[in-house]
Amino acid sequence: MTQTLVRLLPELILLVTAIVVILADLYSRRRTTRWLLPGLTLAGLFLALAASFSLWALQEQVAYTLAADSFAFYFKMVAAVVMMLVVLASVDYMRKRTRFLGEFYALLLVATLAICIAVSATDIIVLYLGLETLSITSYVLTGFLRGDKRSNEAAVKYFLYGAAASAVMLYGFSLLYGITGTTDIAEMAKKLASGDAGTLAWLGWPAVVLVTVGFGFKSSLVPFHQWAPDAYDGAPTPVTMFLSTISKGTGFAVMARVFVVALPALSEHWLSLLYGLSILTMTLGNVIALRQTSVKRMLAYSSVAHAGFILMGLVGIMAGAEGPFNGLDGVLMYVLAYALTNVGAFAVVAAVEDASGSAMLDDFAGLVQKSPFLASAMLIFLLSLAGIPPLAGFAAKFFVFAPVIRNEYYVLALFGLINAVIAAGYYLRVVKQMFFVEDTSGRTFRLAKGMEVALWASIIGVFAVGILMNWFAQLATGSTLAMLGW
Amino acid sequence: MALFEQWVLTVILFWPLLASIVVLFMPKEAEDRIRRFSIWASVVPLVLSALVFWDYGMRFLSGEGGIQYEVKVNWIPQIGASYHIGADGLSVPLIFLTSLLTTLSLYYSARVIKHRVKEFFFLFLLLQMGMFGVFVSLDLVLFYVFWEIGLVPMYFLIGIWGHDNREYAAIKFFLYTLVGSVAMLLAFLALYFVTGTFDMIELAQKQPFADDLFRASLVFFGIFLGLAIKVPSWPFHTWLPDAHTEAPTAGSVILAGILLKLGAYGFLRILMPILPTAFAAWGFVIVALGVISIVYGAFVCMAQTDLKRLIAYSSVSHMGYVMLGLGAAAVALRGDVPFFNSNSAALAMDGAMLQMFNHGIITGALFFLVGILYERAHTRDLTAFGGLSGKLPYYYGIFMVAGFASLGLPGLAGFWAEFFVFRGAFDIVRAWAAIGVIGVVVTAGYILWRIVQNVFLGEYNQERWGDKLWDMEKYEKVTLWPLIAIMVLIGLYPTPLVNFFNRAAVEILTKAGFMF
Repeated sequence: MTQTLVRLLPELILLVTAIVVILADLYSRRRTTRWLLPGLTLAGLFLALAASFSLWALQEQVAYTLAADSFAFYFKMVAAVVMMLVVLASVDYMRKRTRFLGEFYALLLVATLAICIAVSATDIIVLYLGLETLSITSYVLTGFLRGDKRSNEAAVKYFLYGAAASAVMLYGFSLLYGITGTTDIAEMAKKLASGDAGTLAWLGWPAVVLVTVGFGFKSSLVPFHQWAPDAYDGAPTPVTMFLSTISKGTGFAVMARVFVVALPALSEHWLSLLYGLSILTMTLGNVIALRQTSVKRMLAYSSVAHAGFILMGLVGIMAGAEGPFNGLDGVLMYVLAYALTNVGAFAVVAAVEDASGSAMLDDFAGLVQKSPFLASAMLIFLLSLAGIPPLAGFAAKFFVFAPVIRNEYYVLALFGLINAVIAAGYYLRVVKQMFFVEDTSGRTFRLAKGMEVALWASIIGVFAVGILMNWFAQLATGSTLAMLGW
Repeated sequence: MALFEQWVLTVILFWPLLASIVVLFMPKEAEDRIRRFSIWASVVPLVLSALVFWDYGMRFLSGEGGIQYEVKVNWIPQIGASYHIGADGLSVPLIFLTSLLTTLSLYYSARVIKHRVKEFFFLFLLLQMGMFGVFVSLDLVLFYVFWEIGLVPMYFLIGIWGHDNREYAAIKFFLYTLVGSVAMLLAFLALYFVTGTFDMIELAQKQPFADDLFRASLVFFGIFLGLAIKVPSWPFHTWLPDAHTEAPTAGSVILAGILLKLGAYGFLRILMPILPTAFAAWGFVIVALGVISIVYGAFVCMAQTDLKRLIAYSSVSHMGYVMLGLGAAAVALRGDVPFFNSNSAALAMDGAMLQMFNHGIITGALFFLVGILYERAHTRDLTAFGGLSGKLPYYYGIFMVAGFASLGLPGLAGFWAEFFVFRGAFDIVRAWAAIGVIGVVVTAGYILWRIVQNVFLGEYNQERWGDKLWDMEKYEKVTLWPLIAIMVLIGLYPTPLVNFFNRAAVEILTKAGFMF
């Protein structure tokens, strides 16, 4: 019994912290200092991070339906780190806009808990449970600013789209159950490999497609991405930080687990499907981002495009491969690098929004004079997104392009190349605004403390992943070896 | 001695980074302090690289050669990438060239750059690290990292301190180079998957794709794209006129003087040792593109009225000689050529390497000179000038030396490079070399007619200029003296430099399969 609880330590810590935050909010309302609730949240997330880190090397099954393995712990660690940055950035931002702070932080914690469950699930029902909890908390978080019409619109759009996608995914899951007679992914793999399915085997292809709809929705793949620009744009920016990074990452984690572990027998189906989706997502996301005049929306579309890049890693999977560049570690590296970078980029957007009311390209004009720190930070994040060394984004692109080259998918590599350059084009447009345009207003920005800490942490993280690539590469590859050997 | 050997390249490499971080922390109002600090900080790599030059020469005379000052430290052992640096006869002069041109550029810019001083010097020092990094890297990932690091500061230098059309030029430069860079990265990954390492020395030993010409060609062209865009070879040169013309003077000097050499250096350091069969198979393409660059670049120069754009296109033309030399050496590798061609191949390569060094000095000087004129006249229109030889005699003299060096007058540096290239290429690819000679003639044409005649001879436009144009000031003279001195020195006594290059060329060619 204790063994099980120890394996589930991150989840338990998050649950307890969420309850404590709600209680703290209830009982200390009158004298709530600015840092009480965020501080509790940060403490809980940090403990969860520490727990996941110390448990990383395990490869065990817990409670029949959850896996306590390095793959899951990696994502839990990334989620905890990113969520800490989100909390730091939202201290002042949310305080100004809403009084429901206890609920906000508790929801963030529950969302992290849902991510933990989803990435460790080895049973499709529990997987669905985790994903749904994540989705529902995301809907509420997106619409958190009750007085803001755009926040409400974003939440409704997200909800309607998500509900439909969820239903489709569930249908796919039911088909998988129908073919194999089990909801456990390891069992599914055995049944499909042994050909027990018999007359129902033709349902494999539709099941894969339907399940991809659900996963693609979470990861904002084209054509299931339509909710993303509106949701990212309308949500309060700290929530966008969370949605575009680890919510998306969870989609990839569950996709990887289900496809690699449960459905290797159907791999011709999902490999070719993902190949096409990758090209479509990268290209469409980038091309539409080129036309945006709102930096927030541009980053939202770029987020969609990056999902396409992450998918390249999944397409290049080499099961049973020893050593690095097995495709799955590309996904992991990219999720981490992209999460750190994007959290930083949206944090800058939040700061600019706070100071000038909106985050259009014009608001970024001459930012280097108004706030050299913000401009330099944004430059680092944009260069990382473009894949310039020695930043995290370079490590990410490196690990994602490698398996594609290894498998000699020339067309995919070519699309990746073209898209990397197109993306650099519109990132440089923001850089141009910040650095080349002169600012005549003479105002300067004052940054909130939490935001500053979050930005510094992101900057350090982005450089660390790029320069100390070895440690992160070992972590990423090590997290995938057990799964690919199954 | 061992301490020097182990640390000198690392210090040269990272010293500019440290200096740039110090500049970052200086208050932006302390402009004079920033200027002085940056210039003195850049003297350190200059002195060290001169020491390396002399030291390598000493070792060379006592019989040693090859890669010296090697350092190999684990960086990403997980994927076989290490911090592996070293220098040989090819890179030592280029490192010296980099530090010299950077110091001169900083010295010149200190008087000329008036706004956003701190950011300018910060970016310039960062750029210097990027350039050093490419020349000392012996690991493909490290090479790529420094290659890209050089892109970003240059983008800012063009975009902030450039001329009227600077934003367009900056982004064109960045995106164009990025396409080539990513193609190069994909090719590097392919090399890794065949051999399991990113180390250039190990790759050269393992000879990946030696038997698979199709895949070797794919990898070859991936790397070729990245390098050819940088060189720049026709038809990938279209970013260069805009970037050079719109960049500030110091930016143009570094762009033409060093950044173009990164491309040619890549041919010698990566393509020749690692993919000799593919290089040999496609050698004619290199030769053809080189000759077209020479002739096309020269003819376009003849049509220019913008002085800076003219010098920019002359860069395309002069780098064509480098491509011709390299291509000729590659064609000789094919094995279906007689024995004596190995000497010609080495000569062609010597010429190419020498041209790299010379072009840096000469075109660097030319861009400085154009900048000096622009500072006074605020126009680059050739036709607006005339008769400057009377009003600005010192300037005229210096410009003459640089101009004659550019067109290859014997006695000045440029002659030897062209001589060696054509001596080697004539033996191997006679027809192409003959076409290339046309370029030499046209070069003389545009230097003498377009520049000398239009700008310096003829009538001085008194109403337009009056006293607005004055002769060179002290700091401008100090900037140009070292370059002119080197032009004359190499012109009269190129032996030490040629020996360096020749040793490196022979080593590269021997490893690629020649017998000497």
